[in-house]
Amino acid sequence: MNSKVTLVDYGIGNIYSVRRAFETAGADVLLTGLPTDIVTAERLVLPGVGAFADCMGGLRERGLIEPLLQYAATGRPLLGICVGMQMLATTSEEFGEHAGLGLVPGRVVAVPSVDIEGQALKIPHIGWTALRRPTDVSWQQSPLADTCEGESVYVVHSYALQPVDPAHRLADCEYGGHRICAAVRRDRIFGCQFHPEKSGLAGLRMIARFLSS
Amino acid sequence: MNKSIRLIARLDIKGPNLIKGVHLEGLRVMGDPQEFARRYYEQGADELLYVDVVASLYGRSKLTEIVRHAAHDVFVPLTVAGGIRSVDDVTDLLSAGADKVAINTAAIRRPELISEIARRFGAQCMVLSIEAKRRKDGRWEAYTDCGREMSGLDAVEWARRGVALGAGEVLVTSIDKEGTRKGFDVELTREISDAVNVPVIASGGYGHIDHLLDVVERGKADAVAIADSLHYKRTTLDQVRAEAKAHGVVMRTV
Repeated sequence: MNSKVTLVDYGIGNIYSVRRAFETAGADVLLTGLPTDIVTAERLVLPGVGAFADCMGGLRERGLIEPLLQYAATGRPLLGICVGMQMLATTSEEFGEHAGLGLVPGRVVAVPSVDIEGQALKIPHIGWTALRRPTDVSWQQSPLADTCEGESVYVVHSYALQPVDPAHRLADCEYGGHRICAAVRRDRIFGCQFHPEKSGLAGLRMIARFLSS
Repeated sequence: MNKSIRLIARLDIKGPNLIKGVHLEGLRVMGDPQEFARRYYEQGADELLYVDVVASLYGRSKLTEIVRHAAHDVFVPLTVAGGIRSVDDVTDLLSAGADKVAINTAAIRRPELISEIARRFGAQCMVLSIEAKRRKDGRWEAYTDCGREMSGLDAVEWARRGVALGAGEVLVTSIDKEGTRKGFDVELTREISDAVNVPVIASGGYGHIDHLLDVVERGKADAVAIADSLHYKRTTLDQVRAEAKAHGVVMRTV
């Protein structure tokens, strides 16, 4: 029997690929924007691309913020992808100060536009980047349980979440010598700055792991 | 601490077919785009770039079905170019599985379109596509309509302007070099890469690994698009990746 996954549809981005990736990994996907579907989900995925404020606004307009918080309080698995991960934070500084869902305490800040040697960096950070496991962090009981250190995933972002608690920092990547948070975990709430649905077989494996959590 | 370079497979499409041409003239039908897309995905393409090469002439992008078909089974980023003229066109393509759109003619005709798309979907979705040819004065002219019409714009200046308007990436195609397999226009790529703070994709002219090394090292390209050499099976993406890495270029390990 396939795992059931509820994918939040709030009018943002390429949802088709997210859906297809989860289906390919063996899920029965419910694509929905209904508050009741979100609260009663078994496993929830929150995608997001573009500007943080636009994404939060999209959720707010559809009355989805309360249902998401209610769902998160149940302790059932939640995966935020890209801006979906950023929205787990307390606040974001993109285009002003904006409140997030506050599920993983931290702040979303701009990716540095200068490398550690003072040379200009291209922004957005676009491309494949290697995942690094922070010291004292285990990838067991996370979507990265089958991921090897150094495995590459696809990112495209100009902002990144900086978790307050180091224990919430699940994976890092590097850009211009800077350490960027690539994934977070707090209990069964996960976030990935990268796009697992665009990271080839490595991404599909992570999705499969999330489905079995 | 070198940046990771992307290898992009470019698929030029006419109607339902993958085609190939030289200097954007003389098209040859290569076959079913889906077969090529799957092959390149399996070879480790970092991204796929679909270009509808006749869309501007007939005024409408028909790539949606091809893209949806690819996105069904191919899980790397897809960029679509050719005949995209409105925010609605972009909505249609994103709902079919595209991640980015690359716009040339429509952006030159109405530059505000760049801002509209970036504002609505994010700068990362809005790739400015520039097709350029060397002018007699040594600068480059930006062309519209698949290399047919001169725009009157200096390509490098236009890149600067397009990024200021909100483009999150620039796709640079040399009309002079495209299909020749004699290398990219390294100077053009370098000038544009120096002029803008967003990633630059070099397209047009790959024939040998030295061309990639040159356009990355001297041209400051962040990504390289290859068509001809792949479609005619002169090389594969795994080979290109292995050769590039052997020469010290940072790329992901597939």
